[in-house]
Amino acid sequence: MAVAEVLERIGYTVDFPEAQTCCGQPAFNTGYREEARQVARHFLEVFRHADYVVVPSGSCASMITHHFADLFHKEPYWLEQTRRLEPRVWEFSRFLLEVARVEDVGARFPHLVTYHDSCHALRWLGIKQGPRRLLWKVRGLRLREMEPAEECCGFGGTFAVKFAELSGSIARTKLDTIRQTGAEVVVSVDSSCLLQIRGALSRAGVPIRTMHLAEVLAHR
Amino acid sequence: MMASYQQKIRHTLDDPRLQSAIYAASGRLMDHRSHAVAPAALPDFQELRTQANLIKKHAIENLDYYLQQFESNLTSHGGRVIYARDGSEVVSFLVGLAQDKQARLVVKSKSMTTEEIELTDRLQHNQLETVETDLGEFIVQLAGERPYHIVAPALHKTRYDVAELFSQRLGVEREVVPEKQTKIARSVLRRKFLAADIGLTGANFLVADPGAVVLVENEGNIRLTTTAPRMHVAVAGIEKIIPRAQDLAVFLKLLGRSATGQPLSVYTSFLCGPRRPSEIDGPEEFYVVLLDNGRTKLLGDREKRQSLYCIRCGACLNHCPVYRKIGGHNYPWTYSGPIGAILTPQFQGVMQAPWLPFASSLCGACAEVCPVKIDIPKLLLELRSEVKKAEARERQGRLERLGFRLWAWVMRHPRIYEMLGLTAAAVLASQESNGCLRQPPAVLNRGPLRAWFSQRDLPALPERSFRQAWRTRARVTRD
Repeated sequence: MAVAEVLERIGYTVDFPEAQTCCGQPAFNTGYREEARQVARHFLEVFRHADYVVVPSGSCASMITHHFADLFHKEPYWLEQTRRLEPRVWEFSRFLLEVARVEDVGARFPHLVTYHDSCHALRWLGIKQGPRRLLWKVRGLRLREMEPAEECCGFGGTFAVKFAELSGSIARTKLDTIRQTGAEVVVSVDSSCLLQIRGALSRAGVPIRTMHLAEVLAHR
Repeated sequence: MMASYQQKIRHTLDDPRLQSAIYAASGRLMDHRSHAVAPAALPDFQELRTQANLIKKHAIENLDYYLQQFESNLTSHGGRVIYARDGSEVVSFLVGLAQDKQARLVVKSKSMTTEEIELTDRLQHNQLETVETDLGEFIVQLAGERPYHIVAPALHKTRYDVAELFSQRLGVEREVVPEKQTKIARSVLRRKFLAADIGLTGANFLVADPGAVVLVENEGNIRLTTTAPRMHVAVAGIEKIIPRAQDLAVFLKLLGRSATGQPLSVYTSFLCGPRRPSEIDGPEEFYVVLLDNGRTKLLGDREKRQSLYCIRCGACLNHCPVYRKIGGHNYPWTYSGPIGAILTPQFQGVMQAPWLPFASSLCGACAEVCPVKIDIPKLLLELRSEVKKAEARERQGRLERLGFRLWAWVMRHPRIYEMLGLTAAAVLASQESNGCLRQPPAVLNRGPLRAWFSQRDLPALPERSFRQAWRTRARVTRD
């Protein structure tokens, strides 16, 4: 909802096709390529006519732009659909900066925040400074970096349950680096990292909130 | 079997001393590397990575040509090349050589390739005393363990562990100062070097033109291993080949920096054959054993053969959130960390340890630091798909497969997807406190949900679906 608010504020018309569900990443990452293909085809159908598909998750965006082509390398029709859609798929922060060319969306959020680099956004989409530039323009917001910000939160999809203790242990290391910043809020561009971080913060009883970048930018 | 790897991992996670040892050591290596490859220190780092990748690609795609070139050049310098299909062929060559030449003692430098075929143990079983001379390997050999890390074999041992080990195994006073420990090791090893008949090494690179074995090290033990004994045997995987000497300019800049953050290792040796008549040191005989041990199996696959580009710098281990937690001994084979997770299934078959490619959050840090740009996450994904295919053939993992089939069906039926979401929210709502669920309802406390809640809470699902909220919002905007 926050994504829609921000986009409308800067002048875009936002549609939410109700037929949408998932890009297929969970199955793809777990090795079930046929199941992933079925869901990916559905995705391509649903968004076929959109001018831009704005994705508020780095890992979903990278699934579409990096792995759909692998999935369909033997299916020319769906490969063609993938090629057509790819250039119109944008991760939320990159859409703001590179398509809309806006850094200041008029947000106000008087809190100390720290930004977690989501692995897929960082390493597959090259998103590093963009979200920080957007945060710097938010009135009242102070950004304090983690040392290091680019270390994984340990979520990894089914990894989080297949290797629960290991995933939890990585999350607790992340928690330590978050706490050292003294921030009130952890911000990220990927809901799945936020799911893991929020769950771990809550379990540890740490009163730090998690927010998606869009939620911060929607705040006035 | 399923339980055993999970138990071993838990055991490592529950050992605070080991956890801090791994985390600190890998963290130091990360720091050193990041300084060494920073633009101020090495402005063309990214170009070098691309060049290294292209050289390796070319070499692997023309392996037959370069191996022959290497062999004919080395032979012309008086060296001998032996092709070995597997570890047994290496052992029988070495045992035969020792018998022919009345050799009894082998001094050995650090080599992952020989670890791969457990060469040290197998030579010892054949009554050929074999001594590891790299300090870390020496420690690991005394402890009767396998190396913990590709570059730092004793990374998991503190100096107190080493003091204990030396006093037990070498009968010396407990000594906790690393410099003094090194002196103890040196005094033991010096005698071995002087008495040894065969010096056994690996190879960092095999240069086809002019036919040279290149070895890098920091301790000087390789210099001694390759010059003091009368025979030198280098055992190298066939993928170690690079075409020309000038290619080394690329790889030597990358290897030390990626491994330990050194611009160059302390010693780099270029060995082209046995001692020549005019030379005063070097071995009388020089052998290079080229080992396949499964490598040729990887050559056929256009994507997967990039696994053979690896130069064993260990950077992917140091940067891996999984390696940094579980360490080197929970991996099923010689190679640990991300590179181990892609090499092991390919060398040993995916069903040998089907869990291994899944033990990754796919964070991509390994690919980001790899000096030869191996796309490790992509290969992990390929291998995961191969595991699932093999499981289907062997009728394993049926529940999970059924789950994903159902999931895929639901994802193609948006109405049912929405309905299920609302049902889940309603069922879980009873457990909510402060916006998070602390535990699942008892009947659901199994499988993935149980695993999730064993470690963390679950942010509560909203009572209204996003679709409902969106419809309301659309109405409000319209009115």
